[in-house]
Amino acid sequence: MSPTRQVQDPAKRAMLLTALYIAQEQYGHLSEEAIQRVSARLGLSPTEVLSTASFYTLYNRQPSARYRIQVCAGLSCHLCDGAESLERQVRQKLGLAEGQDRTKDGRFSVETVECLAACDTAPNLRINDELFARLSPEATDALLDRLMKE
Amino acid sequence: MFEKVLLRNAGVPGSERIDVYLSRGGYQALPQALARTPAELIDMVKRSGLRGRGGAGFPSGLKWGFMPTDPAITKYVCVNTDEGEPGTFKDRQLVEQDPHQVIEGVIITSYAVGAHRAFVYIRGEFFDGMKRWVKAIADAYERGYLGRDILGSGYGLDLSVHRGAGAYICGEETAMIESLEGKRGQPRKKPPFPAQAGLFGRPTLVHNVETLCNVPHIVQRGPEWYAGIGTPKSTGPKIFCVSGHVNRPGNYELPLGAPLREIIFEHAGGVRGGRAIKAVIPGGSSTPMLTPDQLDTPMDFESLAQAGSMLGTGAVIVIGEGTCMVDVTRRIARFFAHESCGYCAPCRVGTRRLAETLERVETGQGRPGDLDLLAGLCEGIQGRTFCPLGDAAAAPVRRSLELFRGEFEAHIRSAC
Ligand SMILES: Cc1cc2nc3c(=O)[nH]c(=O)nc-3n(C[C@H](O)[C@H](O)[C@H](O)COP(=O)(O)O)c2cc1C
Ligand code: FES
Repeated sequence: MSPTRQVQDPAKRAMLLTALYIAQEQYGHLSEEAIQRVSARLGLSPTEVLSTASFYTLYNRQPSARYRIQVCAGLSCHLCDGAESLERQVRQKLGLAEGQDRTKDGRFSVETVECLAACDTAPNLRINDELFARLSPEATDALLDRLMKE
Repeated sequence: MFEKVLLRNAGVPGSERIDVYLSRGGYQALPQALARTPAELIDMVKRSGLRGRGGAGFPSGLKWGFMPTDPAITKYVCVNTDEGEPGTFKDRQLVEQDPHQVIEGVIITSYAVGAHRAFVYIRGEFFDGMKRWVKAIADAYERGYLGRDILGSGYGLDLSVHRGAGAYICGEETAMIESLEGKRGQPRKKPPFPAQAGLFGRPTLVHNVETLCNVPHIVQRGPEWYAGIGTPKSTGPKIFCVSGHVNRPGNYELPLGAPLREIIFEHAGGVRGGRAIKAVIPGGSSTPMLTPDQLDTPMDFESLAQAGSMLGTGAVIVIGEGTCMVDVTRRIARFFAHESCGYCAPCRVGTRRLAETLERVETGQGRPGDLDLLAGLCEGIQGRTFCPLGDAAAAPVRRSLELFRGEFEAHIRSAC
């Protein structure tokens, strides 16, 4: 630890998670500039801010796709024919090759997430802030068709 | 039939609104509580037998009693809405459909332990829950249930809501406190326990959402009524979250001690396609599985411990005949490997190696020594990690290996 380490104001420090959300919304993602702004405002070093941000999965260091698809990979969704088979269907539909998680036009990205606390409506996936539940293969197809036409 | 307590308002149109809550008898326990002394309330909760619904089942009254009574000491209450244990979806429903029931519980609890400031910590993914919390808190302030001098009692409480940002470990109370302080959500060493030194170093009481929802009912209907529900040591109602291969997945509120069989067949409509049951996870993915011959187990803290598992969060995941248990176990292990905070080596390395090895076995690349390796990894994790996440990862894998060893061995010969 550096000898010039600042004494932190705990109340300011407690604002960090919220400040990161605000910066993420303003900048679209936590860019270098966004991190600098947050660290200046809260009197924390950029390293400290990054170290905290990197602990949490909801902060993005890269710009997000317009439609960020998060397939629930939890056990209950898995048992209800979701998770891997749902992910496979989504990827196929979007024409994603193995190891590719974003469409070429950058509009769609696909990833898996852990249990969304909605296991009663499994299988589930989320697109941006919205939950799509009880997804049959047909419903998934229709949902993606709609978004791909937009 | 059992009359619902915690979910009595759920499903009523507009149940999230303060007027609907009031019209259904809400906020009536609060004036009764404020007319009592904190010591009386602590005693009532002790006599009710209420135990934490966040997973550990610790007696709530005892925990309240650990908080210092000196009014000169600043104290805090934290509301754990981080709900991340796979299979669990009760707190989300309680917050989305009946937020004022939680708030009434928070106010009474805070008054009982002498806290004037309370914090809600909500899982970052709960967008609707976040909105419900914000609106409900604003309405409670407007009607004088929060703020200075609540209902003219002279007691005041401020409540605010704080969003997590995607980390299962932040559901653990000391990790949650770190996160509320704006830090990485790494669990703290205990002792000191939060009741001694928690948020900002102050004595802090952390409760699960469902636990807090019980409090107004205990005050209003009395600890004897409450203790009459359930079993002598596991009292009160409990929400069981049923999912997996059942016909009617959902939240079912029943007295603690309800038999697992009744929950699955009478309430959740039995197994899909009329299949037989292969295994049941009784309390969320960190609790070891039960087998079909254990379906008569009463769902309470003691009976499940006796059955070699845990009540956990009460999240029942039903697994039907024909399911590959290697696949199920791999899925569970992968969750913990993903969620290990990385602070201590037995958990960071152990959970990852468990997941890798299971992945290998599942995809038909298993090696002859892999089952012993898995057992050895569980041994190296259990009881050796900084926080309970390690045990939560190892116990279900270990049980699964014991119960379905033949299936694992067959997988090493060739994948299914
Ligand atoms: C890894 C881990 C995750 C946890 N996640 C949660 C959670 O999401 N929600 C919760 O209420 N308790 C969770 N807990 C339990 C809390 O640490 C704490 O015991 C609980 O919030 C206390 O409230 P209660 O007494 O009302 O149960 C978790 C514990 C561990 C070890
Ligand atoms: S497993 Fe998908 S929501 Fe719980």
